[in-house]
Amino acid sequence: MTDALLTISGLTKTYPGVKANDDVSFDIVPGEVHALLGENGAGKSTLVKMIYGLVKPDSGHMTLRGAPYAPSEPRAARAAGVAMVFQHFSLFDALSVSENIALGMETPPPMRDLARRIREVSETYGLPLDPHRAVGDLSAGERQRVEIVRCLLQDPRLLIMDEPTSVLTPQEVDILFQTLRKLTSEGVAILYISHKLEEIRTLCDRATILRHGRNVGTCIPAETSARDMAQIMVGASFDAPARAPRDGTGEVMLDISGLSVASPSPFGTALKNVHLTVARGEILGIGGVAGNGQDELLAALSGELRSAPGAIRLKGQAIGRLSPAARRDMGLLTAPEERLGHAAAPNMSLTENALLTGAQRRGLLARGFIRWPATRAFAEQIIDRFDVRTPGPETAARALSGGNLQKFVIGREVLQDPEVLIVNQPTWGVDAAAAAAIRQAILDLAAGGAAILCISQDLDELLEISDRFGALNEGRLSDIRPTAELSLDQIGLMMGGAHDMEVAHG
Amino acid sequence: MRLHLEKRPQPSRRWTDLSPLLAVVITMLAGGALFALLGKNPVEAISTIFWEPLFGEFAFYYRPQLLIKGAPLILIAIGLSLGFRAGVWNIGAEGQYIVGALSGAGVALAFYPLDAWVVFPLMIMAGALGGWAWGMIPALLKLRFGTNEILVSLMLVYVAEQLLAAMALGPMKNPDGMGFPGSRNLQEYPAAHNADLIAASGLHWGVVAATVAVILAYILLGRHVLGYQIRLSGEAPRAARFAGVNPGRLILFCLGASGALAGLAGMFEISGPAGQVSIDFNVGYGFTAIIVAFLGRLHPVGIALAGLLMALTYIGGEIAQGNLGLPAAAIQMFQGMLLFFLLAVDVLTNYRLRLAPRPETA
Repeated sequence: MTDALLTISGLTKTYPGVKANDDVSFDIVPGEVHALLGENGAGKSTLVKMIYGLVKPDSGHMTLRGAPYAPSEPRAARAAGVAMVFQHFSLFDALSVSENIALGMETPPPMRDLARRIREVSETYGLPLDPHRAVGDLSAGERQRVEIVRCLLQDPRLLIMDEPTSVLTPQEVDILFQTLRKLTSEGVAILYISHKLEEIRTLCDRATILRHGRNVGTCIPAETSARDMAQIMVGASFDAPARAPRDGTGEVMLDISGLSVASPSPFGTALKNVHLTVARGEILGIGGVAGNGQDELLAALSGELRSAPGAIRLKGQAIGRLSPAARRDMGLLTAPEERLGHAAAPNMSLTENALLTGAQRRGLLARGFIRWPATRAFAEQIIDRFDVRTPGPETAARALSGGNLQKFVIGREVLQDPEVLIVNQPTWGVDAAAAAAIRQAILDLAAGGAAILCISQDLDELLEISDRFGALNEGRLSDIRPTAELSLDQIGLMMGGAHDMEVAHG
Repeated sequence: MRLHLEKRPQPSRRWTDLSPLLAVVITMLAGGALFALLGKNPVEAISTIFWEPLFGEFAFYYRPQLLIKGAPLILIAIGLSLGFRAGVWNIGAEGQYIVGALSGAGVALAFYPLDAWVVFPLMIMAGALGGWAWGMIPALLKLRFGTNEILVSLMLVYVAEQLLAAMALGPMKNPDGMGFPGSRNLQEYPAAHNADLIAASGLHWGVVAATVAVILAYILLGRHVLGYQIRLSGEAPRAARFAGVNPGRLILFCLGASGALAGLAGMFEISGPAGQVSIDFNVGYGFTAIIVAFLGRLHPVGIALAGLLMALTYIGGEIAQGNLGLPAAAIQMFQGMLLFFLLAVDVLTNYRLRLAPRPETA
């Protein structure tokens, strides 16, 4: 094609042990939304980092508007008209919106002019934003708007978006899509990275699918079924988790009533008067946009945050003031969201990480001394039962891929026979096959009589596995309702947060 | 071609062990160059520092010195390494060393001239207790008020030095000393004297204590859950809290243990090689031990080797000053280089060097 905005041909990038990108070629034309589709680890991030000048390709070349394009750094990419909105925001909580935007500019205009331009751009594209508010007070959706406005101020020809909807409510997603369509109508091209197939079918004109670093197909999403795209993406079919029928009449295992705790971090979200119960054999799903109290809820349950004693009851016993170890003894196990640094110590071996939560329930200590052979056996059992791909239990946790480490972390808790299991984002950043395995393990555990509280931002996941559903919004928990009765719209309303945006496109 | 660093998927065991050796070799080369610039024969200077104390003509005199200087360094560094592993930064071992020495000497002087076997054990307990108490000050202030233990422990060194001077000139001054500052000489008080266990070997009770500390620390870190919690807290504090480690208890333990070991080192020094409470009793073991702890990779066995190596450079450095007329500052620089190069070579544990073709400039 001669009118392509960006042409990529034969890009290859090798990291030790993996070929992140192998001879990838495709092109993007002005005014299209081009999806880059693939599982985690398929090489999407590496590819866009090369386009954005963060990583240099080993071989291959790109042309932008007919001219050779080889950005040596993001600044060069931005100068050439390529902008990127990252999945993880790089914003300073304590600074205002306009200060944050000024920080990312080469030659920031005076603050007053900048604030005016931010207002103009945000109104033009339906992204309401007050330039003077502190970023720490903004919701995740609003923070994303800051990043988008920051990009739009550079007047880009190509906008790269890395999984932009993972932090949004369904309503916010609609608004984002309207903004993106407005941009494309002006001739801006958008490279849209995602693994959410329905979303891509709604929004994208063309899709390039990556698997193991290779371009394995291009399709027109509107004319291709989600199932077909998934098969190209995964390269094999896998079973959806099987769900045994359960009745919700079991004995209440976990009873939270009037739980209020302050967040340990200055820009965290305090929990406000949370009530819920989880019964034996039941999975309660907690949805919500990131940063609405999920981390605090997990910390209050794991024992990292202490609360009023009676606010949390396990099998009727008040445990609000007990330590994490004492709660584990009683059968309450947790798996936090952040794998490296929270659920596992990055530089320690898998054996040592098995000890991290397994010490008491697996009897890995004898009068304070560590039984290393038993600990290693436990680590090997986790690796074996949860199909963790690793050379062995002496490998450092940080050497594992995200999905494999997540399988290890979930497996470590599941194999300790919890009576109550709390998981936060159990399949975040995990490839589809591993995610299915983790969900199956959670379902099996519930079928075996455990009570499970699953906190997740992946609505599809919660709809698939949970019996009842509630959502956290600014530290408050919505009413909890049976999942089967809920529509996506109702869920969006429970998650809240989008009402202030609806006027934008009105 | 250009060099670039590439992160290893996991830390290299081989380089963890090899990098201190490589650092010593590079230090010898750079130190040799330094000595050559000063107009000395570099080979002679290096061999004076590393060879003379061990195998030279007067080695029979210097070898015991190696134990005498190495033991306090190792004892203190073992304690510090526990805290450093957990992310608790006790920089004030010098102060805990002084207070431990004063406590031990205080017990001895209180019992003087009683000749009973209990005196020495009591001194040991007092020494450990004194250092422990001095270490508890930054620990409790940190727990209660969130103060920074680096600053508080460091400032307490200067308080301890004033206390030492006050004791040497006041309450502990030798009543038979004809007005000279300094206490009675404990070497002349058999019940309190930390004498060589084998005559002229340098092997005093402090060496025994250092050896025991190395072994206990090895077991603690490798096999006991407390050692695991220490390592976990240093590696990933959030994971440690998740695992159920109580950070406050760990701070108390680490500062207490390192204070007690530093206090013991001070007590063995004052009742043995130093002999008396005097204004210039402390010579910086507490600070040098920080280097020793890192040079030894915060690993007990490594610390034992590093302590001996550091003692060797002290003794060899003194010989080089005497025989070759090297300035004292050059020797200190040489010791500083050792830590400098170690930290530099450390990169190889987590990264590997790769030769890469120079990329064409865009």
